[in-house]
Amino acid sequence: MNIIDLTAADCDFQAEVASRSGQDLKTCYQCGNCTAGCPYTFAYDVPVSQIMRLIQAGQRETVLNSKSLWLCASCQSCTTRCPNSIDVAKVMDVCRHMARENGCVSERTSKLFTDAFLQSVEKHGRAFELGLMATYTMKSGRFFDNIALGPPALLHNKLSLKPHSIQGKEQVARIFERFRKGE
Amino acid sequence: MRIGVFICHCGSNIAGTVDCESVAELASGFPEVVYSTDSMYTCSEPGQEGIITAIHEQKLDGVVVASCTPRMHEPTFRRAVERAGLNRYMFEMANIREHVSWIGKDKEHNTNKAADLVLMAVEKLRRNRPLVPKSFETIKRVLVIGGGVAGIQAALDCADGGLDVVMVERDQSIGGKMAKLDKTFPTIDCSSCVLGPKMVDIAQHEKITLHTCAEIEAVSGYVGNFSVTIRRRATYVDWTKCTGCGVCTEKCPSKRSPDVFNEFMGTTTAINIPFPQAIPKKAAINPATCTMIQKGKCGVCAKVCPVGCIDYEQQDELINVDVGAIVVATGYDLFDWHKYPQYGEGRYPDVITSLQYERLLSASGPTGGHIKRPSDGKEPKNVVFIQCVGSRDRSVDRPYCSGFCCMYTAKQAILTKDHIPDSQSYVFYMDIRAPGKGYDEFTRRAMEEYGAQYVRGRVAMIYPHGEQLMVRGADTLAGTQVEVPADLVVLATGVEAAQGAVKLGETLRVVPDQYGFFVESHPKLKPVETNTAGVYLAGACQGPKDIPTSVGQGSAAAAKALGLLSKERLESDPAVSKVNLSRCVGCQKCIGTCPFGAIKAITDRQGKLKAEVIETVCQGCGICTVTCPQGAIQLEHFTDNQILAEVNALCPPKMNASFE
Repeated sequence: MNIIDLTAADCDFQAEVASRSGQDLKTCYQCGNCTAGCPYTFAYDVPVSQIMRLIQAGQRETVLNSKSLWLCASCQSCTTRCPNSIDVAKVMDVCRHMARENGCVSERTSKLFTDAFLQSVEKHGRAFELGLMATYTMKSGRFFDNIALGPPALLHNKLSLKPHSIQGKEQVARIFERFRKGE
Repeated sequence: MRIGVFICHCGSNIAGTVDCESVAELASGFPEVVYSTDSMYTCSEPGQEGIITAIHEQKLDGVVVASCTPRMHEPTFRRAVERAGLNRYMFEMANIREHVSWIGKDKEHNTNKAADLVLMAVEKLRRNRPLVPKSFETIKRVLVIGGGVAGIQAALDCADGGLDVVMVERDQSIGGKMAKLDKTFPTIDCSSCVLGPKMVDIAQHEKITLHTCAEIEAVSGYVGNFSVTIRRRATYVDWTKCTGCGVCTEKCPSKRSPDVFNEFMGTTTAINIPFPQAIPKKAAINPATCTMIQKGKCGVCAKVCPVGCIDYEQQDELINVDVGAIVVATGYDLFDWHKYPQYGEGRYPDVITSLQYERLLSASGPTGGHIKRPSDGKEPKNVVFIQCVGSRDRSVDRPYCSGFCCMYTAKQAILTKDHIPDSQSYVFYMDIRAPGKGYDEFTRRAMEEYGAQYVRGRVAMIYPHGEQLMVRGADTLAGTQVEVPADLVVLATGVEAAQGAVKLGETLRVVPDQYGFFVESHPKLKPVETNTAGVYLAGACQGPKDIPTSVGQGSAAAAKALGLLSKERLESDPAVSKVNLSRCVGCQKCIGTCPFGAIKAITDRQGKLKAEVIETVCQGCGICTVTCPQGAIQLEHFTDNQILAEVNALCPPKMNASFE
């Protein structure tokens, strides 16, 4: 295990997470309620309570490179249970954004899926499932992962062969534009 | 008038940001100041001697000390000037520490402000006149509110010290929470065995009068002379006749009364004696469940009672008693854990509170001391304890630590192993707080000798799992989630202020904090006093406390009451209101506004209506002085002219008016 030099804590990291999430991270006293309730702890490399601790300790690299950030389902169990009313899910979200900005993507497929989803929404104003599946499958190279889901979804008319158009498609596209301009 | 001014450095507390020598120099130019100096610690013995010497040598007849808050040292300096032969009210204090040096860093500004405050004190002192306190007799009787272990200790100590004691308890029996416990930490001695004899002493002590099923209705008066009204609820049993034989409780057909003493772990009869060691051991009827009182049919208890003490028509009774001091020992209540969705909100019968578990462990409890879980009466094998339920949790507005849950949880884990040797306890904790004598060793014993499995983390979910409950939590030390299939879950529910504490505080003029615990006069130096003279605190009504600390406070409060009432007469503060009879027009507005009932109407020799202040009752609040349309009523030591002189010292006047 690495020895962490506490004096080398990245205070800017801590402050940045705090200001972007609007949460007072100092109030976390490590009770563990977030980890206790988290449905994805089994898949995490760093449990969410330790993410909180590592942020307090200013461990930018460890946090931003953790797989947990990308596996978080944003189900908000942690937020609901926190005795200090910290929006832990928001903190995870902010860290995920920061990881992305810094090019730290520890779970490539999670990012690919998110990108494919957003791309689809930008183009069609809503998700076009079949197109989204195609993009994701092509980029990830995971051709057979969800193949069994295809036929039943088609049978139940859940997978349309062409995208549905919605009203206000242009406005949705403009949201993306605005975000890119950083407004 | 010859005034002396003393500027205190308070080490570097004041001198760090105030030029004390300059202040003393400036002060020497103030009106009627003939002597001015500065010293390192004015409150020290040489500092006080300096004041006394100056009074003698300079023939001073008034003294100003500029130092700290008068809360602490005004009495010190008043005594000093009195030793030098001055009246103690010929002294004024300027607070240049809390009001100047501690709150500002700019030395020049601070020095000027300090000089201004000294000038104000000088101007007020010039208008002071000697005041002499009145003395009054005290009533050698103490009221103890609450019959838990703290109240019991206070009552016994007061009674042994020779005072009459009136004890008022809301429940049917005294004993409080301690009477419900099975064993006590860290010695594992039987709770009722150590408390029982003290309870009996209360009943048998010739100096103690006990009122149970009773609450405080009203309190008036002042230190040494309180007048208290006690409301005793109807018990529907004549306790002068009841022998506590218990025949009525055996025959009562209404067996669905909630069993309050057993923390609702079962039901009891409508007429009931809460537990075998109850003091007083008398039966009382719960009117809500008695069929005779509700429907007018039954009357079994009246038929079987061998002494004929049942009285369905009994009414509440008001008892008046005069006392010299009051000890408040109203204890605590448990946090309502149903606010937590993660523990099932009461859906699962096998999730119980720690106090309910005590009743399961106790031989006088509903299961006769055998641990049986509420759902099916089976003996649990896996017992999960969850600490900090309603403690250290801001989201439920309970940010404080309840203090003793760590210890009783360790005790309950030990007792579980004692009762069921093949059982396994799991304790979910955040931090173990065991600072008392022998306490940490005790929690270690629970782990090392009794094999309790301590898990550092919280529980986020409890859900049914066959006949068991699955408890899912975190082990933050291992950095994982953990699961325990539990047969019984015990919640270490936190402490909150007793129900009705805030209302009682209003009656007693004792301030509760934001959580309902009564506020002591000083957190370190006056831990059992309140800001109302003659009213003392003992036990958990002031904040969460374990038994030894509560007992210690009970004795401390008793010592305070004994000390107060050991004096034959008490002196009243002469800084009270006084009526200028020639100005008073008898409008009686002051009588209506006085919150203490300290002003009465009199007729003078010409038969004209006037107001008169009862000096020993007046608390010097000053409401009457601002009510009086004639300026006829003035608060001594804080007259309009004295206060205006202070204001004028700061803001030079445009006109001179006298309001006296």
